[in-house]
Amino acid sequence: MALRTEELMLNMGPQHPSTHGVLRLVVTLDGENVMDVQPDIGYLHSSVEKMMEHRTYVQNVALVDRGMDYLIALNNEQAYCLAVEQLAGIAPPDRARYIRVIFNELNRIASHLVWLGTWAIDLGATTVFLWCFREREMILDLFEKVTGGRLHHVYYRLGGVYADLPEGWVEQCGAFLDYFLQRVDEYETLLTKNPIFLARTKGVGTISRADAIAMGASGPVARASGVAYDVRKAAPYEVYDRMEFNVPVLTDGDCYARYLVRLTEMRESVRILRQALLNLPGGEIRARVPMTMKAPRGEIYVHTESPRGDLGIHLVSDGGETPYRVKIRAPSFSNLYALTEMMKGWKIADVIAILGSIDIVLSDVDR
Amino acid sequence: MSTLKTSTTMATGSATPAAAPAGPAASPLPRRSQIAPIADAVAIMDQIPGGGLILTTVEAALNWGRASSIWPLTFGLACCAIEMMAAYASRFDLDRMGIIPRATPRQADLIIVAGRATIRIAPIVRRLWEQMPEPRYVISMGSCATCGGPFYYDNYSILKGIDQVIPVDVYVPGCPPRPEALIEGILKLQEKIKREPILRQQAAAALRGA
Repeated sequence: MALRTEELMLNMGPQHPSTHGVLRLVVTLDGENVMDVQPDIGYLHSSVEKMMEHRTYVQNVALVDRGMDYLIALNNEQAYCLAVEQLAGIAPPDRARYIRVIFNELNRIASHLVWLGTWAIDLGATTVFLWCFREREMILDLFEKVTGGRLHHVYYRLGGVYADLPEGWVEQCGAFLDYFLQRVDEYETLLTKNPIFLARTKGVGTISRADAIAMGASGPVARASGVAYDVRKAAPYEVYDRMEFNVPVLTDGDCYARYLVRLTEMRESVRILRQALLNLPGGEIRARVPMTMKAPRGEIYVHTESPRGDLGIHLVSDGGETPYRVKIRAPSFSNLYALTEMMKGWKIADVIAILGSIDIVLSDVDR
Repeated sequence: MSTLKTSTTMATGSATPAAAPAGPAASPLPRRSQIAPIADAVAIMDQIPGGGLILTTVEAALNWGRASSIWPLTFGLACCAIEMMAAYASRFDLDRMGIIPRATPRQADLIIVAGRATIRIAPIVRRLWEQMPEPRYVISMGSCATCGGPFYYDNYSILKGIDQVIPVDVYVPGCPPRPEALIEGILKLQEKIKREPILRQQAAAALRGA
């Protein structure tokens, strides 16, 4: 006769070193087995959507840096600027669009590096964290030379970018890319065949293709489950249609597959960056847009591929200087929805590994 | 305290002629890197009868120890937490100042409030602070933790400064502050800790209690 024990409800967070922010997970345990997980969100709700209604279109560029996912400020600016530009019919010059692609991809690499470092430290591999941040600092140096900021840039403007690339920056960026590809191989020597890492990630936290689609997962989480969907391919924006790159898709749907997808994405980003640096055209960097810009009455939905997935912005304009309503479709929020499905049936020790593997940023979840 | 001060002055004083090899006129003050404090301290100790003996007050020695091993709580709220992580990581490396992050408030001396605190998280920050053993310190990192931030002034969900909930020792401005700025804040906190009359405070508290 099986001994029936009482279920235990365990609170994980909001202060927990592995929740990557202020997330509270209410975990129902039967012994060591996870029966149910309920994420409790809202500890970082900054009401950015409401605030954007009270600021002009131009001012909001600074707000999306901070109010949305703070690790990918430039990707947020990309999504927002794209929405306003499409609504108002502004066409940025070619050089600005190439520069935007360059910065999107650099930011993607920087974001994946933070994810890899923090996830590895959650799994007990401290070296990876130090190595990832070493390369990330180099990317931040590249950012700083152009935008002046390390984390928040306010670099994209409606109709282009704020400043042109300084002299020698393209060469420096190219040199970094050569250096960086070797470093990605180094990360792999630490993790990819590491038996401890494999035991903690391979086959752990699986989610099927159908479930991933049903839960609205996107980005690397969905691609690791066999969903071959990348907004850069499906609905190309800026100049992604001129770039040659592969979208890594794996079918295992476990933590290890998500890890491999992101590593491959870093390499593919380097490919895109090289093409963009090579084909970078000259000319203007910004279209003429008045500071008191008014968007015509109407609404628009654009989506872009942020490092965490499908980042969408739904913008409603009543013809004034400020948006009437902004709705942000945050990829972290949807990916968090798939978390319960991934964690059910696994052990308590796997909760950390699975949570880290979906790469959520709580600022993106709560907004 | 006075003994310690004297020995420090002697150490720098004896280092000055040896440490400026060429062109003393160009730079009258020796650069910090040119001073070899340990070698000088050993030379001074050799001259003292009984050698290897340092006289100082108990309080100064205690405070030196406390200031040199501040253990902060790993608690990040928002964007500033990323810069805090960068400060712990390779380039800035807070470990060399004896700063080792602890995952539980029971073992922490310092809480770095990094990022915007919502009204919902405020009681939790307060509880974490209460769980920390005394003496405990608070660094408010970034504009949001300091005053509600440059952007969240007309906002319903963000707390306008963490000092409404817990007492703050050092404010670090910036949005977000660079890791260098955080390090500056920690150095300022070390100065503050070194000045504290901790034994007298505790004696006074014990007297009050009795």
